[in-house]
Amino acid sequence: MRGYLFALVGALVTLAFMFELLRRRRLREKYAALWISLAIVVIVAGAFPRLLYWLAALAGISTPLNLVFFLALLVLLVVCVQLSAEISSLEHEAQTLAEECALLRNRIERLETRTGVESPAPPVADPRPRGHSPS
Amino acid sequence: MSSGSDPRVLVVLPAWNEAQSLPTVLAEIADHLPEVGVLVVNDGSVDATSAVARSSGVQVLDLPFNLGVGGAMRAGFRYAVAEGYDVVVQVDADGQHDPREVPRIVERLASADIVIGARFADQGDYAVRGPRRWAMRVLAGVLSRVAGTRLTDTTSGFRAAGPRAIRLFAVHYPAEYLGDTIESLVIAVRSGLTVAQVGVSMRERSAGRPSQRPFKAAFYLLRACLALGISLTRRRELMNPAPELAA
Repeated sequence: MRGYLFALVGALVTLAFMFELLRRRRLREKYAALWISLAIVVIVAGAFPRLLYWLAALAGISTPLNLVFFLALLVLLVVCVQLSAEISSLEHEAQTLAEECALLRNRIERLETRTGVESPAPPVADPRPRGHSPS
Repeated sequence: MSSGSDPRVLVVLPAWNEAQSLPTVLAEIADHLPEVGVLVVNDGSVDATSAVARSSGVQVLDLPFNLGVGGAMRAGFRYAVAEGYDVVVQVDADGQHDPREVPRIVERLASADIVIGARFADQGDYAVRGPRRWAMRVLAGVLSRVAGTRLTDTTSGFRAAGPRAIRLFAVHYPAEYLGDTIESLVIAVRSGLTVAQVGVSMRERSAGRPSQRPFKAAFYLLRACLALGISLTRRRELMNPAPELAA
């Protein structure tokens, strides 16, 4: 019985942590929602262990713990893929911004040349190669 | 564009740490192609690429960080749209593309939307061996079928784009690995553009090392096939040419 209590406490701590992050605006709701619902699922499973046995039997898994492991892995996989997708769209946005930034800088320079108020170009911020393949 | 007034041509040089070779290339372009606009896209270089280009009096786009050739070229295409150019010619900043070949490539654009300057075995001293050569063969074979014309060098970075291709690429130009060469062709063909090739001779790079080394060849083949496979299965509506962009 102590094992379930441990899971229950862990889930409650996670839940409190998530709320705190949300409250401080450190985490956007769309990312917190998943973890909060996951914590609630763990709380329910910790409070009513019979539920787990029943579900495992339903799924044809003899050891209820294996069901937990399986579901946990599945959830982590989905989260990782979702984060990869989010990063991809962020990179895409960053690329567009970088292009826009370079184009605007060029327009300003030409404008300055034409109006004769030329000033030296500011240095490019933080020039360092990223992990991208350059070719 | 076939007759009448000459098209406005913009030479775009994506440059990533090419301060050493850039002056020679820019001088050659100024010598042989006095009529064209020149744009250096400084792709987040950490050396003096931007300063060198500015001192040559050409237009410069300074990307704040490295985007890869695809990102640099899309910026170039957007510049071309905004400035009303009819033709964009991509030339490598490392000196392996001979600017004297540019007029021949541009000429061919009269009957195609995209023209690839292909490195032929019998022209110049450019040679590739081993798995990389097979990879290029396979890619060329598949893309020839897709494009409906014989292409022998689909990974060449020496290429020209006509007005329709410029409008397409200003919006859709892949920034992924090999996207700038292979996937861009697939996007173009799928959007109804035509591709042609012109044989050109290549030279040794005037500075810098080639970006492909033998032990990377197998990995290159794998990634190239993946990129090609994915872009071939992609839905068509994702890459319809956008309407006119505001200048």
